[in-house]
Amino acid sequence: MKSAVVVFPGLNRERDMVTALEKIGGTPPAVVWHKDTDLPDVDLIVIPGGFSYGDYLRAGAIAARSPMMDIIRDRAEKGVKVLGVCNGFQILTEAGLLPGVLMRNASLKFVCREVKLKIANADTAFTGRYSDGQVIRCPVAHHDGNYFAETDTLKSIEDNGQVVFRYAEGSNPNGSLNDIAGITNAKGNVLGMMPHPENLIEPEHGGEDGRALFAGLLN
Amino acid sequence: MTLRNDIEITPELVANHGLKPDEYQKILDLIGREPTFTELGIFSAMWNEHCSYKSSKKWLRTLPTSGPRVIQGPGENAGVVDIGDGQAIVFKMESHNHPSFIEPYQGAATGVGGILRDVFTMGARPVAVMNALRFGEPENEKTKHLVSGVVAGVGGYGNSFGVPTVGGEVQFDRRYNGNILVNAFAAGLADTDKIFYSKAEGVGLPVVYLGAKTGRDGVGGATMASAEFGDDIEEKRPTVQVGDPFTEKRLLEACLELMATGAVIAIQDMGAAGLTCSAVEMGAKGDLGIELDLDKVPVREERMTAYEMMLSESQERMLMVLHPEKEAEARAVFEKWELDFATVGKTTDDLRFRVLFQGEEVANLPIKELGDEAPEYDRPWIEPAKPEPLGEVPQMDVADAVLGLLNSANHSSRRWVYEQYDTLIQGNSLQTPGGDAGVIRIDGHPTKALAFSSDVNPRYCEADPLEGGKQAVAECWRNIISTGAEPLAATDNLNFGNPERPEIMGQIVMAIKGIGEACRALDFPIVSGNVSLYNETNGRGILPTPTIAGVGLIEDRTKTARNAFAAEGQPILLVGAPAVWGSHMGQSAYLRDIFGRHEGAAPAVDLEHEKKTGHFVLSLIRQGVATAVHDLSDGGLALGLAEMAIRGGIGATVNQLNEIDPIPTFFGEDQGRYLVTVNLDPQGEEMLALWKRAGELGLFAPWIGSTGGNTLKLGDARAISIEQLRDAYEGWFPGFMGSTIS
Repeated sequence: MKSAVVVFPGLNRERDMVTALEKIGGTPPAVVWHKDTDLPDVDLIVIPGGFSYGDYLRAGAIAARSPMMDIIRDRAEKGVKVLGVCNGFQILTEAGLLPGVLMRNASLKFVCREVKLKIANADTAFTGRYSDGQVIRCPVAHHDGNYFAETDTLKSIEDNGQVVFRYAEGSNPNGSLNDIAGITNAKGNVLGMMPHPENLIEPEHGGEDGRALFAGLLN
Repeated sequence: MTLRNDIEITPELVANHGLKPDEYQKILDLIGREPTFTELGIFSAMWNEHCSYKSSKKWLRTLPTSGPRVIQGPGENAGVVDIGDGQAIVFKMESHNHPSFIEPYQGAATGVGGILRDVFTMGARPVAVMNALRFGEPENEKTKHLVSGVVAGVGGYGNSFGVPTVGGEVQFDRRYNGNILVNAFAAGLADTDKIFYSKAEGVGLPVVYLGAKTGRDGVGGATMASAEFGDDIEEKRPTVQVGDPFTEKRLLEACLELMATGAVIAIQDMGAAGLTCSAVEMGAKGDLGIELDLDKVPVREERMTAYEMMLSESQERMLMVLHPEKEAEARAVFEKWELDFATVGKTTDDLRFRVLFQGEEVANLPIKELGDEAPEYDRPWIEPAKPEPLGEVPQMDVADAVLGLLNSANHSSRRWVYEQYDTLIQGNSLQTPGGDAGVIRIDGHPTKALAFSSDVNPRYCEADPLEGGKQAVAECWRNIISTGAEPLAATDNLNFGNPERPEIMGQIVMAIKGIGEACRALDFPIVSGNVSLYNETNGRGILPTPTIAGVGLIEDRTKTARNAFAAEGQPILLVGAPAVWGSHMGQSAYLRDIFGRHEGAAPAVDLEHEKKTGHFVLSLIRQGVATAVHDLSDGGLALGLAEMAIRGGIGATVNQLNEIDPIPTFFGEDQGRYLVTVNLDPQGEEMLALWKRAGELGLFAPWIGSTGGNTLKLGDARAISIEQLRDAYEGWFPGFMGSTIS
């Protein structure tokens, strides 16, 4: 299973992501600079977290309009799996690969803490190693994670089982509608999520709850 | 408004540049003519307190700055300490007090940005930051606004840059009402053979400008930082710089990439007094002259004058001397990161600092003298007055006092603050804020980790700057020990009032003396630092606040400790205690934060005792005997126990001594004490051996109680549930800040 991590200027969790993919998958991912015109032939493309282009204009808005995103859109249409975490999720919504938007947190503040996540759909390419209804621990660290979609869109992603992760046990840190923490596209091969599973993959992180996501994708 | 260079130099203009008449006379003597307007600006930047340390230098020289592990002490962008395996930790702390009071978000943000640049300028990738923040009393009308803005600014910059915040301090006192303190610490990792310095070498080499463009922001900032505040403070707003963490992140990556190419001979970040300080420093250190052509400087505003360019404090800029044959390679790196790259001058052999602008030479000054001949003062000082003697200590229910302190401005949880900081990025955080010290593992190393702590008790320093200076060092050292780390070295950020007042100068002299004594006794050299003076508003100084931030090394990260009770039924030892466990009530949190009283002597620090106790505790952690460790500081035994219970979610029952007043037992602030829980049978052989060893060292380590249950019971006082403790502890900050959207 081959993977690639795409780096836009201002992203800052790419090293965490590369480490997670290498530790769990056994081989390092290709690291692709946003200006590269070629994306290697991989099974999984990851857009990590951070502040691409400083989150100026809107979080993810500038990166979403880069030529690299056209390449990623094309691969996604062909069925390649795409994972966007935090700023990656914001970029995917801004690029139209995922429905809805991520607004400023309801508190208007950046928040970094551990939350509880409920697996809302374990029957996806990303969550197969978890079970439906399972509650896992996972850290969040973001300023703009407040998921919003208009009523029809929200109904359709709920009805289609596209909501994959929900904040559980009253731990919604940002005001997201329906406690949404992560969603897929209709086809199920693109996942965006605000929490950082890559920061909870070994005992020294205080837990390994994020590991199953990568293990399921890479093996 | 644009400024010309042919402005007449009047006494008023000289005074507006913060230069005293005798200092101006020194300039005339040095250059043998009247300075140009731009030259006056350059002198004011180089000779102000912030850049020249003219009031403190004499005393700073007395600090211990070397040691077997010290690769670079003070005088560079940051200190460098060997941590073995060919790696070094590069760190420094610096204040951004004045700008943060005027514009809290940008002031704090650029404080973080500045200290990060100091670290990566030396070739180190930043791995940890801390912030020591001091605000006015909560009731002050500005405090909430300042807390909100500073915390958002610190987070806004550090989070975007991508470095974990691992610790820090937040305190409130009315003495900071008109002058808050924002002290930012950063540490980075580098290979010992790839450290970069600011000393230029070689004649005729290109001086290259990198990073963001130059604007008018911050013109005169360093001069402002060396002046007292008056009521006209709001008018200073244009001198505050604006930060851009996105550019800084690119600058970091570009600099590290560029350094890897071997192109860099010397590098200096543009901090206070920007282009002036950085160019002079690189040249003077290398015994070279520098010629700058300002027409080549990338600018983002039109019609900027030479004066403005030389004094601009626009952020995210660097100056380098490069190997000319690698210039194209270097340019390509910066183009990749879409940053400005411009050759703006060259090194010369004439030891002059020459500045050209629109074909005119606007400055021509002796480069060495600009730094070396800066005024240095032996300012008069007097021994600070002793505080009033300790009066009768009022009695209070012990349980109520614990809950009161936990729910107070200065002793409550800082969660509201640190949850706005990314504490986990980089994936190496082992202990995040809330512990005694922050701990990160060394990326890629199988066993090592680093611990960081920042400390000072300004009330102690006010009562007795000598003991207070010692205590700041000792507490920082203790906090590092408490995680299982060996303290290596420290950085100091000395915040005081106006040094021209002898009583303030006395505080500075005595605090530095105390810091020096403690650092020598504890083998904890000061490798970098910063002095912030004139922290006064309308003639009233802040509390003397010499912040000490230290770094420790953990060789085996499976042998560490946390300040949370780890298991039920474990004996609690009070290691390093006096016979009565606790006694010192002068300047205590109990008196100050419950009764509003500020009298009595500060606790004395016995450095020999500190050292013995610390090493004993470290041995217990390394042997795997200690299951939790917490150093005791303000609030004493009671607060220490409450914090361990809250963090561990496990209660404790603790005895009290017969016929002894429980208030000093539980709230006394005697120094050199640690709470340690152990996984030993209190009646067993191993425990006896532990006590025997302690006894041989002359240490008392009484078994004061045991962990267990879901309440904290202190002596005869009523048991308090952990839930109640936690509600009190976690409640104050959100309650204080929560009433407004901030």
